[in-house]
Amino acid sequence: MTTLPPNIEAWFAHRGWTPREHQLAMVQAAVDQTSALLIAPTGAGKTLAGFLPTLVELAERPRQGLHTLYISPLKALAVDIHRNLERPIAELRLPIRAETRTGDTPDVKKQRQRKSPPQILMTTPESLALLLAYPDAEDMFRPLRTIVIDELHALAGIKRGDLLSLGLARLASLAPAARRVGLSATVAQPNLLRGYLSKTGADATDVRLIRGRAGARPEISVLETRERMPWSGHMAVHAMPEVYERIKETNTTIVFVNTRAQAELCFQALWRVNEDNLPIGLHHGSLAIEQRRKIEGAMSRGELRAVVATSSLDLGIDWGSVDLVVQVGAPKGASRLMQRIGRANHRLDEPSRALLVPGNRFEHLECRAAIDAIDAGELDGDPVISGGLDVLAQHVLGTACAGPFDPDALYREVLGAAPYFGLARKDFDDVVDFVATGGYALGAYERFKRLKKREDGHWELADKSFARAYRLNVGTIVESTMLKVRINRGPVVGEVEEYFGSTLVQGDTFVFGGQLLRFVGIKDMVMDVVRGGQGEPKVPAYAGGRMPLTTLLADRVRGILHDPSKWPALPEAVREWLELQRWRSTTPSPDALLVETFPRGDREYMVAYCFEGRQAHQTLGMLISRRMERMGLGPLGFVATDYSLATWSLRSPTTAQLVELFDEDMLGDDLESWMDESSYLRRTFRNVAVIAGLIERQLPGQRKNTRQVTFSSDLIYEVLRKHEPDHVLLRATRHDAARGLTDIERVALLLKRARHKIEHRALDRVSPLAVPVLLEIGREAVHGEARDAMLEEAEADLVQEATALVAEPRAPKKSTRR
Amino acid sequence: MNQYEFALGEARLVPDLSGALWWPDEATMIVADLHLEKGSSYAQRSAQFLPPYDTTATLDKLERAIRCLHPSRIIALGDSIHDPRAVERIDDGQAARVAAITETVEWIWVAGNHDPSPPVGWGGRVEQEITIGPLTFRHEAQIGALREISGHYHPKARVPARGSYVHGRCFAHDRKRAVLPAFGAYAGGLNVLDPAIATLFEPDFAVTVIGKQRLFRFAAAQLA
Repeated sequence: MTTLPPNIEAWFAHRGWTPREHQLAMVQAAVDQTSALLIAPTGAGKTLAGFLPTLVELAERPRQGLHTLYISPLKALAVDIHRNLERPIAELRLPIRAETRTGDTPDVKKQRQRKSPPQILMTTPESLALLLAYPDAEDMFRPLRTIVIDELHALAGIKRGDLLSLGLARLASLAPAARRVGLSATVAQPNLLRGYLSKTGADATDVRLIRGRAGARPEISVLETRERMPWSGHMAVHAMPEVYERIKETNTTIVFVNTRAQAELCFQALWRVNEDNLPIGLHHGSLAIEQRRKIEGAMSRGELRAVVATSSLDLGIDWGSVDLVVQVGAPKGASRLMQRIGRANHRLDEPSRALLVPGNRFEHLECRAAIDAIDAGELDGDPVISGGLDVLAQHVLGTACAGPFDPDALYREVLGAAPYFGLARKDFDDVVDFVATGGYALGAYERFKRLKKREDGHWELADKSFARAYRLNVGTIVESTMLKVRINRGPVVGEVEEYFGSTLVQGDTFVFGGQLLRFVGIKDMVMDVVRGGQGEPKVPAYAGGRMPLTTLLADRVRGILHDPSKWPALPEAVREWLELQRWRSTTPSPDALLVETFPRGDREYMVAYCFEGRQAHQTLGMLISRRMERMGLGPLGFVATDYSLATWSLRSPTTAQLVELFDEDMLGDDLESWMDESSYLRRTFRNVAVIAGLIERQLPGQRKNTRQVTFSSDLIYEVLRKHEPDHVLLRATRHDAARGLTDIERVALLLKRARHKIEHRALDRVSPLAVPVLLEIGREAVHGEARDAMLEEAEADLVQEATALVAEPRAPKKSTRR
Repeated sequence: MNQYEFALGEARLVPDLSGALWWPDEATMIVADLHLEKGSSYAQRSAQFLPPYDTTATLDKLERAIRCLHPSRIIALGDSIHDPRAVERIDDGQAARVAAITETVEWIWVAGNHDPSPPVGWGGRVEQEITIGPLTFRHEAQIGALREISGHYHPKARVPARGSYVHGRCFAHDRKRAVLPAFGAYAGGLNVLDPAIATLFEPDFAVTVIGKQRLFRFAAAQLA
């Protein structure tokens, strides 16, 4: 049995705590010199478990030099953990200096940290990359004994995790003795995280798995609204009075929403009914950092009754006193929902309470499906995806900034990073070549090179000035160009996307940070606004706000739809809707693809219930439209939701034609031409190009020339695709497309599944299940797919026509019936 | 008559899908802002290695337009090369392609702000601005000018569609002048509604947007 040193044991007793089993197991892992992965729910004292071994070691054998590196995905978390750690250090009078280092740390302090490192340094993956790029990195990290990675589940599998894994591989060379400790929430496949922590990059046997005791089962319910359940939309504004009632009954509530626009609307709606003036705050990623800190501060002091938040609060500070989590809109994934519900955990033995508030009927099914999944202990599995070559390019440049490197040694080192295990030498060499001269077949940039090869075969930075460029461009998060929002030429309250700013004209009003603001003008990337104003306010939208439905939930939603024995648990409005569907058509079954066709106005509609997420459906919509064109069906448009795809055309496909329309070979034939138009790949390329250093980041506040001397990544993408389709960055882009959205893959699986199993219902009019998707017509944004088709629509105002054809049943307010 | 044709005074002008403007009566093709060697300028300046194929792509497009329209005269409205050192960086083969074109047609380099003195040794002749018949050609539009054709601003239209926008390079025109889209493969764009461009025109000016397969005509009021 592991024992703690008496003073630490006494400290626990003094606080009225007993060390938990998993905390002791973590100390034992340190004694055994082995790496460890701790999986435990929120509130289990995970962070203390991560630091305890360090405290023990440094209490018993005080020493100078960097001992423990703590890495967290959030700056705020690093700061908060630091605060929590200061307490035992001070109370135990341990000779330990613990400091944070993030982008916000003053330069003077940063310099001092390099000269005289603290024993414990708390930082982010990006700041670690920057530290490793200094020529003196070796001296700083040599004494390192432990690397603690917090919220590992949120880092592994994404590009920040790739960057960190390469940093860990570097550290393994600089400080071979350092062991790794990962802290994670409950995940579907813990072995993937063990693999990530492993120094071998491959098998996970060198990482001990330690599990905290599971917390009490959460109590989750779905709101059965007194109001009419909407057919479409995600905002659930109808339910806000009911949400407000719950807030009133509860001490502290977090109201989670899915997008920033939704956060603004919910916040507004809650304040409209806030007759008691309850302190209700707003928190999302576009608000100014000070604003967010203020809300977080008020929350942790217990001064707020509720906060409306986006994923900006998914991770991070443990407030310990949240009594209820409300999820507004569809949960989109079981793991994500669990994570959010976990934010309401105070004591491990008490259940977290959560209320799900669906925005429409389909979302109700999705909420039900998520609860069933959690009850069954199922979580969404993450696909295993190898590391990005763009991130590797950034790392190679960073390594060169620290000093000349031997390519053979660096290649071996990189293979030790789990996401890069099995990386082909050719890919590695191509990346180095890209960093050196752009990696083009022509070798056009030989004379401008960034890296040069020395006689001994080592690569070195050709000019010291490139290190500066590296520092300014480090990191894997690529944001859209943002405008700062400034009120009355005074404080900056946050940021909106540049494109939103450019849609405004003087006098327009919009809602931001819960305030009504009037647009004055834009200058040098700052948007000036004043408070107040009149007219219907707009709500800023942000790209990438909507996540697709996970496969796990999609399967479960299909399961509910097909099994009437599950319907009694649903509210009346939803039940009636499904009964009506069964009577008029049929409900989709798990192993077939239901396709309905029906006329409406002078159009023929087709609705396919694929349940593969909006992105996948948009891809499919493009491909199907091309085929319909070739069959002479005269396709006029399509629209997609997370659940289904609808097309409208001049002529209706026959059952035989449907089989052909959904034929699997579509992906071979039409995919390439779809790729041409896919804005998704363009956006992906832009991110890849920025991360790899092909395009420099536009830094905040950097003046943008109105003559637009900057180039567009779209144009570069087009030219590169045409002239060097196998360039390493295009390979990285295609690889990424598979990572971000398993879009194409999901379409492929769907088509495979649907083969010979298309269930065609030719109806005389719209079916109940089809109504929600038809209501999306004209509302849904399609980002630049099929440019010409969209321009044609704009020319002919086709969308308006299609919208007019679909009237919302039983919704007098929104009716467009003629 | 071509459906996208417009007129400045007597001159009938036809926007081409390539981004060139075609003046059939004079068999003249007008292109603006080729920005040759823009890609390599970044390599030289800051070791940013953009794909070095923009010159090839631009010349490919230029040659295709020539094959289609058979001009006897071509006017390049300035900013034909991205910077004065472009001539040193350009690949010999590409430079030869330019020279081959300028030999077969009457080629006029109008001076731009990026290339105050257009390339020497590539053939053609250099003009600060030039008037042919009713039309005046210059790099940057002048307030008060009539029947003027210019480039410089790289106009781009943003068309609202499906709750989103479609962007496209465009010709902007009214009864007095036309501003051409940039022809160069890497040339970015400025929204045609930006005051820098829009104030050159009457409020009811029109744009001809370049799609993938065809052109589209919109009134300025339809844009965002």
